[in-house]
Amino acid sequence: MQRIVLLLNMAQNFTIALFGIARDIVGTNTLTLSTEPELNVEALLAQLKAAYPRLGEIRSLLVAVNSEYAEATQVLNSSDEIAIIPPVSGG
Amino acid sequence: MITITDQTIDVQAVIAAAESERAGAIDVFIGTVRNHNNAKAVLRLEYETYDAMAVKKMQELAAEAVRRWPVEKVAMVHRKGVLQIGDVAVVVAVATPHRAASFEACQWLIDTLKQVVPIWKKEIYENGEEWLEAHA
Repeated sequence: MQRIVLLLNMAQNFTIALFGIARDIVGTNTLTLSTEPELNVEALLAQLKAAYPRLGEIRSLLVAVNSEYAEATQVLNSSDEIAIIPPVSGG
Repeated sequence: MITITDQTIDVQAVIAAAESERAGAIDVFIGTVRNHNNAKAVLRLEYETYDAMAVKKMQELAAEAVRRWPVEKVAMVHRKGVLQIGDVAVVVAVATPHRAASFEACQWLIDTLKQVVPIWKKEIYENGEEWLEAHA
């Protein structure tokens, strides 16, 4: 029981891929965040915008988890493939 | 054929991939790089893609087109990297038994691709550059 509690309190590492203008602002393709467990998409974006205020100026910023657009309340796992998706402009 | 490539797109090969003996129509959209945008002269474009997710989303769009229209085959190829004026950036080819559905399905595919597929375009000007759609 004690071991479970310890695991829950441990910080988790998240690897985040960045593209387009988000990559230019942060200055790297991938970012590693060490943060509390139970981090959700909304909290991740808030942390990133606090660390890199120019991300807040982008028209919209979505998060993809395992190649799927994620809801704000989705909780992230350290094994997830996480990507920051600024407004797309293909075609 | 649903791919992202850093090589020149072979338009004929994309069309060939959409051919079907059951189809009486193939509608083809070819997106090319133009030399201006919003009255600014564009020197070249740089496309960046999130390959795994982009291909997955394009496959989902193709499957959705098959649900909505009597589509026999779909082929979609998007280019990435540095593109010069006149280069082909994207090709969508849709084969259906009759032409009306191929026009509709092809337009829906390219319109939706531009909205949801994780591909980003940076315009390079004489005096600067800009990621499109990034700011309001």
